Amino acid sequence: MIAAPAAAEKGPTPPPPGWWPRLTGVGTRARRALLLPTLAFVSALLIGAIIIALTDLDQLRRLGTEPGAALTEMLRGVGRSYKALFSGAGGSVYALSETLFAATPLIFASLGVALGFRAGLFNIGAQGQLLMGAMGALWVGLHLSMPSFLHIPLGLIAGLVGGMIWGSIPGFLKARTGAHEVIVTIMLNATAFFFVQWALTTPVFQEPGRNNPQSAPLLPTAQLHPLFGGTYRVNIAIVVAVAVAFLVNWLVFRSSMGFQFRALGLNQQAGRYAGMNVRLLITLAMALAGGLAGIGGASQVMGLAPYQATPSLAGSIGFDAITVALLGRSHPVGVLWAALLFGALKAGGRAMQGAAQIPLDLVVVLQALIVVFVAAPELVRTIYRIKGGSKPVVQVAGGGE
Amino acid sequence: MALELRGITKRFPGVLANDDVSLSVGAGEVVALLGENGAGKTTLMNILYGLYRPDSGSVWIDGQQIELLSSRDAIAAGVGMVHQHFMLVPVFTVAENVILGLEPAGPLGWIKGEAARGAVERISERYKLRVDPDAVIEDLPVGVQQRVEIIKVLNREARYVVFDEPTAVLTPQEVDEFFEIARGLKRDGKGIIFISHKLNEALGIADRIVVMRNGRKVAEVLPSEATEEKLAELMVGRPVMLEVEKGPAQPGDPILAVDDLVVLDDRNHRACNGVSFNVKAGEIVGIAGVQGNGQTELVEAIVGLRPILAGSVRVSGADVTSANPREVHQLNVSHIPEDRQGSGLVLGFTVAENLILDSYYRPPFSRGLVMDWDATHETAIRLVKEYDVRTPGVDVLVSTLSGGNQQKVIVAREFDREVELVIAAQPTRGIDVGSIEYIHSRIVQQRDAGAAVLVVSSELEEVMGLSDRILVIFQGRIVAGFDPATVEAPEIGLAMLGGSR
Repeated sequence: MIAAPAAAEKGPTPPPPGWWPRLTGVGTRARRALLLPTLAFVSALLIGAIIIALTDLDQLRRLGTEPGAALTEMLRGVGRSYKALFSGAGGSVYALSETLFAATPLIFASLGVALGFRAGLFNIGAQGQLLMGAMGALWVGLHLSMPSFLHIPLGLIAGLVGGMIWGSIPGFLKARTGAHEVIVTIMLNATAFFFVQWALTTPVFQEPGRNNPQSAPLLPTAQLHPLFGGTYRVNIAIVVAVAVAFLVNWLVFRSSMGFQFRALGLNQQAGRYAGMNVRLLITLAMALAGGLAGIGGASQVMGLAPYQATPSLAGSIGFDAITVALLGRSHPVGVLWAALLFGALKAGGRAMQGAAQIPLDLVVVLQALIVVFVAAPELVRTIYRIKGGSKPVVQVAGGGE
Repeated sequence: MALELRGITKRFPGVLANDDVSLSVGAGEVVALLGENGAGKTTLMNILYGLYRPDSGSVWIDGQQIELLSSRDAIAAGVGMVHQHFMLVPVFTVAENVILGLEPAGPLGWIKGEAARGAVERISERYKLRVDPDAVIEDLPVGVQQRVEIIKVLNREARYVVFDEPTAVLTPQEVDEFFEIARGLKRDGKGIIFISHKLNEALGIADRIVVMRNGRKVAEVLPSEATEEKLAELMVGRPVMLEVEKGPAQPGDPILAVDDLVVLDDRNHRACNGVSFNVKAGEIVGIAGVQGNGQTELVEAIVGLRPILAGSVRVSGADVTSANPREVHQLNVSHIPEDRQGSGLVLGFTVAENLILDSYYRPPFSRGLVMDWDATHETAIRLVKEYDVRTPGVDVLVSTLSGGNQQKVIVAREFDREVELVIAAQPTRGIDVGSIEYIHSRIVQQRDAGAAVLVVSSELEEVMGLSDRILVIFQGRIVAGFDPATVEAPEIGLAMLGGSR
């Protein structure tokens, strides 16, 4: 099984001094933790550059006859592409808005996956939990009428509840019967997808007069309108997402529930020995993980114009969330940054496709490369000759355990 | 013909692991390397095996200086190592494991299985190891797995063999067999380095004993000139009480009452089959027995970790037959679990976190949902001092501590509160002499303060030294009871093997 990367964070230390480290999580220890992901990102960009160069067929043909000019052109192509990528991700207010908008549901879903990791649970089910959360929010947004300041929180809470219900199923089954959460969550992802497809054709959700699965628009009071108006799509949910990230951080490291989650994630047997209620905690952790993903679903359905749900509303967010949680090393603050990075790649990728005719798939390649490098820290350490962390493969154990 | 380490110095950040250490072993000689955890034995052997490079010093084999850049070089030079944790593939056969890494391959790369089996049979015959080449590793007892490791080393034509704590994982009978094998190797002219912290074993088998402490070689003695007390003092650096010091017990009311207990093991066999006994306040009852006779299940049943099929358990009058671990804990029961790293600690947690592992849910460590890390810190710092846990701080991962200090973390956690009943399973397994002395004295201290103490150990010496009353468990039943003042070890040993008095 894939081990949740959970080992090294320390709980019981007072937060590092100063507002910047506290806000960003960048203490000495975190800085060390950031080194590898950063290098992984840089490495991925380098390989991405090679791929861009090698897929420029015109220049490849010229390479035999005029190598100098061809290479220059290739480098220019790479430069153009990355310039578009970066400016599309952060080069303008609009770009930043797009980045934050793309990151919003991803933050919620990734926090859900990360929380599961911390408790030793491999939650593959963020996609399904997100969809069920979306359905909860959709129902509230279509059928209840109230002022906006109540309607929006209630919609998000409905997302939380929908996701919690869906997440608690694999949690409960694991706690009671030992059914492996990976299998159950994968199956529940499919179940959720087809449920949504069907539900959106029922009169409860479907827009009257349609025959494809698509909901009516949410009541205006439940819509998350752009924070800054105009073409900027980023909405209030990003603020909620950041707040929730810090709340989860508190839960994991500063609450007794988080203490138990982490203990179980690292050594379930010791948790049992210490008197923890393992079954309850597993169910609870999965429910909370699902709830977080569910809010992501709510933010998606309530924030994406024209505020009508379709079966594809989740895209691949629930699966990207697994990657993001790994990249963020299951640390809520790390996950926040990782989700922003992925949001930036998504926003930038679209700009790159438009400006440099580089297919959006390259972004997927970049994401995959980042994950490869993050998942293989020894590789990065070897490439950049970073000391530490590597131990002799075979070691004579000291003493007598 | 000799293997020599000359003037080895190795420095790690902040630690001088080896300070000008020299060690030699000749053909047909057994050298015991004694030392506490952290004395530098491990580092020295890792240097010999090519895993670390020394900062200065050199390795010589048969008069030639050799450069060890990897374990491959060490093997080529004739050095073999039998690790404490076996490096075997559980689903492979003995023969497959033996040739792993140097598969004798024919054309087209197929592996010559016959050649491998032949090699195993030849070596097994020669040294009387009695290992079936076709047996699958996971089906073999630990003692036989160790012999497979020995065959592996011999198959690579090692002339010098390092055994790292070879007896730590063996049952008493297996230990005897192991010493027979070691003597066979010696007769055949192999040079043997025997790492241990069991003094009697070193005295029993070694031709020479080298003692290390704090990275230095502090003594090199002949067994004929040494005693256990002297060796212990050299290892620890001060006189050590090998005998447990305690006055006579003053038993009071029964605290733990186990009545006709029936408990199943993980395979649904009856591990405990009608066990009855009680432990009174102010006395230590020791349960002796060969590992696997129901002790593990008995302890788990008492503390609420294993369901009880029939019979009852009472603690201070309260029926805990169907209680869960927390309910038992709240009756002032301290449990030092048998599996230190598996159940007693969360290795990925810090020392401080481990110190509150079973009391995190109540003040001062938390109120409601909110953990109070400051209070936790204060307590942790106090406990580390009070229980002599050697650690750079309470925020380091507990996995970085030595076994003895890890055990002290558990003892500190379990003893730092009101205690009516102590259940200590294998409380000193695999830890150094100094820590053993310390933990024993803490257990006696609990007794003298009025707690009832149940000690379960497969070390007969420990049971005899600590207990005020000895019970012997065999095949899930209490088969004998002894007074440690009047009984001799062989009598208990016989009962442990099911023999009657």
